[in-house]
Amino acid sequence: MAGENPASTTEYIQHHLTNLVYGNHPENGWGFAHGAEEAAEMGFMAIHVDSMAWSIGLGILFCWLFRTAAVRATTGVPTGLLNFVELIIDFIDGAVKDSFHGHNKMVAPLALTIFVWIFLMNLMDLLPVDLVPELLMLLGVSYQKIVPSTDPNITLGMALGVFILMLYYSIKIKGTGFISELTMHPFNHWAFIPVNLFMETVGLLAKPFSLGLRLFGNMYAGEMIFILIATMFAAGAGAGLLGGGLHAQIFGDHTSALFWLAVFVLVCTTCGLNLKGKISTGKTVLLCMVYMAIGGGLTALGGGLMQWGWAVFHILVITLQAFIFMVLTVVYLSMAHEDH
Amino acid sequence: MNINLTLFGQMVTFAFFVWFCMKFVWPVIIEAMEERQKKIADGLDAADRALRDLELAQNKATDQMKEAKQEAAGIIDQANKRANQIIDEAKQQALAEGDRLKAAAQADIEQEINRAKEELRAKVAGLALAGAEKVLEASIDEKSNRALVDKLAAQL
Repeated sequence: MAGENPASTTEYIQHHLTNLVYGNHPENGWGFAHGAEEAAEMGFMAIHVDSMAWSIGLGILFCWLFRTAAVRATTGVPTGLLNFVELIIDFIDGAVKDSFHGHNKMVAPLALTIFVWIFLMNLMDLLPVDLVPELLMLLGVSYQKIVPSTDPNITLGMALGVFILMLYYSIKIKGTGFISELTMHPFNHWAFIPVNLFMETVGLLAKPFSLGLRLFGNMYAGEMIFILIATMFAAGAGAGLLGGGLHAQIFGDHTSALFWLAVFVLVCTTCGLNLKGKISTGKTVLLCMVYMAIGGGLTALGGGLMQWGWAVFHILVITLQAFIFMVLTVVYLSMAHEDH
Repeated sequence: MNINLTLFGQMVTFAFFVWFCMKFVWPVIIEAMEERQKKIADGLDAADRALRDLELAQNKATDQMKEAKQEAAGIIDQANKRANQIIDEAKQQALAEGDRLKAAAQADIEQEINRAKEELRAKVAGLALAGAEKVLEASIDEKSNRALVDKLAAQL
């Protein structure tokens, strides 16, 4: 809800889709953009601080995790983290060996980096949509998108990286064969060279764009659905005791983080008691739903259930998208290595 | 949703992380995994070999056992035969000894009989003479009748 007037659903959504931008504004000079319009005016000379920070942070997390495992790597019996890391590496190694037939020491580590890094970036989608932006707002950061893969800059940046590698290896391996591939296919006659060149170039350029935009589109749509479900909380606030629950009665149109913190503590306590065996699981679920219904009304209860359902489904999506990006990268590079 | 410097920022970051992974993560782990794979394969091989060795040893042991059994059976047979032989020999010896003893006893007895006969003869001659003397009441010349009486006694 981001602390604004909850009636304005559009503003809420807009806010959630705006990056924290630092750039060169034509009038105000270098600084953080105040809103989407100012960010747009900055043009190319700007950077999405949130996307970069989360992306680099998650990349460092990946490196740290896998480096720790690499340091601990033994030829004896693997345990704990090493087991987990080896499972992933074995999986990637298998996938790469299946679809890449050239000799290149770079492809497998590249695939590993892409898979784990994109997976981690996508994983941020499963954090509650309001949690991090709301907390950072208390610290004075007005915009925050925590899922880097919902930023086309990030996905296209990676796709362009892959594209550069494709071009590099095509030229390195095939040499002039790469040029003839662009000009003499599919019609092998000199008169068709312009047509061939056009078709092949479009085909070539489509690869990185489809790669980057597929990931962006999937994650953006997923994030959008989380946000839309979250607007149900806002809709409920004005809907009386049944719709908005206790929260609407006490606070009216104003959200109180403290109120939801209290509900959160209550839910955690109930779950804790369940884990200790004091309450049955059925009762725990029922109690949590009752808290939601009383605290936020039926809209909050419905919203919570839908968020949960979509998150469960989304686990599949984020893994699949990371995997598809990785496999396509390997396939494209494999094509770059194949000399006809 | 604007395309801006973030694009290049991500490209640079991407390149860096791929380099890091390529240099410090992938080779180390894959090497350890391959080495472990080799170790496990070697271990399995060794286990297979050991199993085969065990089987061979067991076969050998069975063979040896069979041989030993046969040998033992042979020895027992031989021993039995020898024992029978010894018993037979002993029996024969005993029989021969018995025969010898019997023969000796027989000879003794015959000797005794002959001696008794001789004695009896001598005595009979005397008695006959004495009887005849008594009957005749006359003394008979011992010398002239002696041959007659001896002839009589020899008929006994």
